[in-house]
Amino acid sequence: MNKSILSGDESVARGAWEAGVAIAAAYPGTPSTEILENLARYKEDIYATWANNEKVAVEIALGGSIGGLRALAAMKHVGVNAAADPIFTAGYTGVNGGLVIVSADDPGCYSSQNEQDNRLYARHAKLAMLEPSDSQECLDYIKAAYEISEKFDLVVLFRMTTRVCHSKSLVTTGERRGAAPKLYEAKPEKYAMLPVNAKRRHIAVEENLAALEEFAYYSDLNRRENGNGSVGVICSGMAYQHCREAFPEGTAFLKLGITYPVSRKLVEEFVKGYGQVYVVDEGEPYLADTVLSYAASNVGATHLASPGCGEIIPLTFLQGELDADKIRFALPRGNPGEASLAPTGVSNVPARPPVLCAGCPHRGFYYAMSKRKKELVAVGDIGCYSLGVSAPFNGFDIAICMGSGFSIPIGLSKALEAQGDSRRVFGILGDSTFFHSGFNSLVDAVHQNANICLVVLDNSITAMTGHQQNAGTERNLMGYEVPKISIEHMILATGLAPERLIRVDPLDLTSMTRAIDSGIANSGVTVIVTQRPCALIVRSTTRAVIDGDKCVGCRVCSRAACPALAFDAKQRKAYIADPDNCNNCGLCASLCKTNAIGTEVKQ
Amino acid sequence: MNLLFTGVGGQGTILTTKLLSNALAEQGYDVKMSEIHGMSQRGGTVLTQLKYGGKVYAPNICPGEADYVIAFEKAEAIRAIPWLKPGGTVVYDDREILPMPVLLGKAEYPGEISDSRYQIADMRLIHVPAYKIASELGSARDQNIVMLGAIAKLLGTEVAIPSKFNAAAYQAGGTYIETNS
Repeated sequence: MNKSILSGDESVARGAWEAGVAIAAAYPGTPSTEILENLARYKEDIYATWANNEKVAVEIALGGSIGGLRALAAMKHVGVNAAADPIFTAGYTGVNGGLVIVSADDPGCYSSQNEQDNRLYARHAKLAMLEPSDSQECLDYIKAAYEISEKFDLVVLFRMTTRVCHSKSLVTTGERRGAAPKLYEAKPEKYAMLPVNAKRRHIAVEENLAALEEFAYYSDLNRRENGNGSVGVICSGMAYQHCREAFPEGTAFLKLGITYPVSRKLVEEFVKGYGQVYVVDEGEPYLADTVLSYAASNVGATHLASPGCGEIIPLTFLQGELDADKIRFALPRGNPGEASLAPTGVSNVPARPPVLCAGCPHRGFYYAMSKRKKELVAVGDIGCYSLGVSAPFNGFDIAICMGSGFSIPIGLSKALEAQGDSRRVFGILGDSTFFHSGFNSLVDAVHQNANICLVVLDNSITAMTGHQQNAGTERNLMGYEVPKISIEHMILATGLAPERLIRVDPLDLTSMTRAIDSGIANSGVTVIVTQRPCALIVRSTTRAVIDGDKCVGCRVCSRAACPALAFDAKQRKAYIADPDNCNNCGLCASLCKTNAIGTEVKQ
Repeated sequence: MNLLFTGVGGQGTILTTKLLSNALAEQGYDVKMSEIHGMSQRGGTVLTQLKYGGKVYAPNICPGEADYVIAFEKAEAIRAIPWLKPGGTVVYDDREILPMPVLLGKAEYPGEISDSRYQIADMRLIHVPAYKIASELGSARDQNIVMLGAIAKLLGTEVAIPSKFNAAAYQAGGTYIETNS
């Protein structure tokens, strides 16, 4: 027994290892990425791999499960959308070795394009669902999840949120359960989901869920904390921790760990015991709807004040991340907290938006493209390069989801053509996004001979989530050498004419601009692949230095929007403000009209 | 005790909070630490939060709940003042890292933190020139370890510095507090 401070993600990895997981797959996505990174530390026991996308990850894990291994797939919330196809049918097949799908939701959109509440998936896809509220529960619940998955023949959705994933708290760890894999047996009636089998499996999974609801009544994953007043609270996940701070001592809690199915008997007993029962949801009114439907169907009365049981008051926080203050504000005679203390001047502190790093190769592309803004309309995607949306580049107008950067342009170009708008539509995505689903869209673009220019910003890594390997890297997650997949070969395999594939160093502004001009001029599909590794991987031994005598203060270099480069308004001179981080990419120097920017060796 | 650490992506805010969390846990406290990273790795504001005591529930604090704000950069120090309790302490490095709107000439960098427009009731300000101290010791990147030494001294605790970090920087942070308070 060992106590250590672990994040939720680290605890899930540790717990999965202790539970005997033998295969795990994921596509990186904040806040879930560290789960697989930590599982890969147990590579003697676990085959841990990045997959090209979340659908592939779930299918790898499902294959492992059907084959008899305990299996895990992890992803951020929007990844579950990409993986929904296999997930919904895995709901019917059930498992052989236990199967857990981790969904890391992001209330508050810290690093996501939406704040969807994936608890709604559990009921829809017929998955058991567990929700931990701290790191110890991450470890304990993931172990319980494998017991539940195998005992009830159900896939388990393990639902976390950013604050659970990225908070650290004390965890008592255990040892790995040594268990032989279950034997693989051919069972087409269970795993070959043709209509005749699927119909029968639908009946089986409903029975299994009903059995789990009965189990949930007795399970210590659902915890009742008795109070000494008339107020009770029903909640789950991180909302529980906020409620414990916001509600006064003596409040009773029904803290649900198994949140699908919710034990009806447990809820009914709890609701009867208190005059007022708050049902607190961070996100959609998932628990509120469940509790209200139980109460309404039970007494046939209005759901807000059912005779015989307490008043049920939903507190639903649809938008943003929950905290204790938000709950305090929502309560009667709520304590407004101390937030009103904010001193007057603070709101004027300039924002510090995330930016492309100093030396980022994407900067060269965005700079060159910004000079052609009148001749094109650009569509972005999800990755570091999405930071190019900000001023001064204003790099694209649209960004939706992984891979869409190459398919939205197909439709958008048709719309612009229909209204006589001659601007060329550009699509922008990175190497990892190309492998994720961008290639599918490229096939369609070529097949349909769309009049668009598609750009792969290849920096040889999955950069935004912190440098994960992908199909284009020479090593995999476990550190082994693997075949490197060529993006260029994939592009040419579509039958695209070789002269329509332009390879370019994005920091070579002349070539970069020429490539963009070709993309604007060509009809049909042009593909540009910019090739230069992420500036955080290949660090330069030299850096830029500005000769103050030659600098005339024209500020043309500041159009590079580099965080390492600043302008001294008093002296009217540019200077390198962050020499440690300058990667000597040469962009500012190539913009300078007076050759004031040279290089020097870093000390 | 509630601590809020703030800085700019790359300054080592998260590492500092982790080292302090581990030390406090070893001393028997219940400790929760919260970090939000992702986009903020790319030169944005990084906030981490550390709560410790007998029993800690939520890992994050609300505005007006911090006993200490520990800031690695001046504008971020000012931005974080609303997190402070009345009577709380800001420990800050007055190093300036200009945000992009300032670099582009679209906004002005704030003035001194002691400006009356930034004050809350009974706020205590402690300046630690950690970047300067670390630079003088030969490695500006150890700014965060200097800051860790300072905050450990203020909290009356000790942090065992793993051998890969600069123990002299840690000592210098503590010494600065001793000789300047």
